[in-house]
Amino acid sequence: MLKIENLSVSYAQRRVLHAVSLEVQSGQVLALIGPNGAGKSTLVRAVSGVIPVLAGKVQADGVDLLSLPAMQRARYLAVVPQAISMPPAFTVWETVLLGRTPYLNFLGQVSEKDKQIARLALQRVDALDLADRHVGELSGGEQQSVLLARALTQSTPILLLDEPTVHLDLQHQVNLMETICRLAHSDNLAVLVALHDLNLAARYAERVALLVEGEVKATGSARQVLTPELISDAYKLPVRVVPHPFEDVPLVLP
Amino acid sequence: MKFLPYLYALLFLFLTVILSVAVGAVFIPLPDIWRVFTGQAPQVVSQAATIILALRLPRTALVLLTGAALGGSGAAYQGLFRNPLADPYLIGVASGAGLGAVLAMNVQWPYTVWGLLAVPAAAFLGALLTVLLVYSLARIGKTVPTTNLILAGVAFSSFATALTSFLMLRSTGELRQAISWLLGGSTQAGWGPVLTMLPYLAIGIVILLLSGHALNLLQFGDDQAQQLGLPVTRTRALILLAASLSTAAAVSFSGIIGFIGLIVPHVMRMWFGPDYRRLLPLSLLGGAAALLLADVLARVIIAPQEIPLGIVTALFGVPFFLWVLRRSKNQGYW
Repeated sequence: MLKIENLSVSYAQRRVLHAVSLEVQSGQVLALIGPNGAGKSTLVRAVSGVIPVLAGKVQADGVDLLSLPAMQRARYLAVVPQAISMPPAFTVWETVLLGRTPYLNFLGQVSEKDKQIARLALQRVDALDLADRHVGELSGGEQQSVLLARALTQSTPILLLDEPTVHLDLQHQVNLMETICRLAHSDNLAVLVALHDLNLAARYAERVALLVEGEVKATGSARQVLTPELISDAYKLPVRVVPHPFEDVPLVLP
Repeated sequence: MKFLPYLYALLFLFLTVILSVAVGAVFIPLPDIWRVFTGQAPQVVSQAATIILALRLPRTALVLLTGAALGGSGAAYQGLFRNPLADPYLIGVASGAGLGAVLAMNVQWPYTVWGLLAVPAAAFLGALLTVLLVYSLARIGKTVPTTNLILAGVAFSSFATALTSFLMLRSTGELRQAISWLLGGSTQAGWGPVLTMLPYLAIGIVILLLSGHALNLLQFGDDQAQQLGLPVTRTRALILLAASLSTAAAVSFSGIIGFIGLIVPHVMRMWFGPDYRRLLPLSLLGGAAALLLADVLARVIIAPQEIPLGIVTALFGVPFFLWVLRRSKNQGYW
């Protein structure tokens, strides 16, 4: 279980996150939505210990994550970043094996067991056949799968994803979200995924949190959060919310 | 298959060491070198023995260590800054060392052991002060953005070079010596420089050899490296210090030798891939072999006169590099 309590972050005097509190149960997917600049990426970076926080706590099953050294934190929490910063000459296999870093010595020597875990992770995101390819030759969807496999290789109870669907076409968006949900349920992972697409959030996440100007405006089921009032107010755009014709979720129409 | 790259590099290094021992004002044939090293028939080859043991071997060792330091630190800088142009010169380390050395040369030191050590010591100090200065100039809060580091390095490098030129114009005495040192000509012979350089270099090189995995992680950016469990700020500082220690040691005793630190890691990367756990040792070996080859050329091109090493590395290194770049089929090797 991931528990974020009163997390505040500021960049150069400007407060970017105001006392954000969120809880993600194990086996549950929480979608973090909000307009550009609301602080979604900042939240992912702060929770993963990459930027300093002003105040607040991040706990994994009661363990205070922010006070841990990076290596130990990486055994609790893995991050799937946007696929923009990938060194193209590395192979998929080399990239995914780096997920074992929190369990390796400074030289990064991997055991047969580490390789087994990496192989399994690639298999689970359906990317085992990519193993020998160079990262630079992959499509956006394939790169995102590789990053997800690397995060799984970290064997953590918590998974954070920073807008993983942003450069993907429709098919890959749906595939990725389905994979993420399947993994959350089968491995009992607590998953926090920042999403731009409100309808993906509605369809795949058990819970939705709306972040606006660094504050959590609402949390709850998709039906509770994706209301015309809340969304119109957050995005400064009148929207309509209608029932999805085939699924039991709301559908947001601008 | 996994060890093949090392085998190639070691073989190349071995050949260049033999060449470096054999070639010079007096050519020493292979059988004589063999006899000197195995201690056979000493009276026959006593002249060869003197040349080899007192002149060629120390010089070979100095050039080998210098080349290894430049190749290894070049690979580390490129990895640290994720910048294909990064080398010991880009962040100002070499220019800082040069400034330190020329400052020391402006003072008329007594001709004693300490006087002889003053110039390399000043170069060394200049290099380390430069790293600290550039690093703290580029720092914003707790992070050190790469762009800032390179900008600060390039700016300080220009400043130090200008100051060095100014000092050399004003100086009266050892100008020639300073120029030839700056261009990469060793000013001292014998085992002295090698032994003085070795401790610094050993520390630097051992740390570099251990940092392959960390550099691999850093290729994904600081955020990802940290999220994967690397203490980024501390590790970067350690690798930066090790690379600068190696560079400073090299510059202190062999002057400013360009292109080895830039080219060797690139060639190794094109041939053997981007994994820094392999790239670092290969760049050390490759840098040593490449500089030895350049040193042999420096001795024979207009013999009996010698060309400063820095000129040879640029004259031959650049065309070779462009040729490899052109032939490289692996487009996205970086």
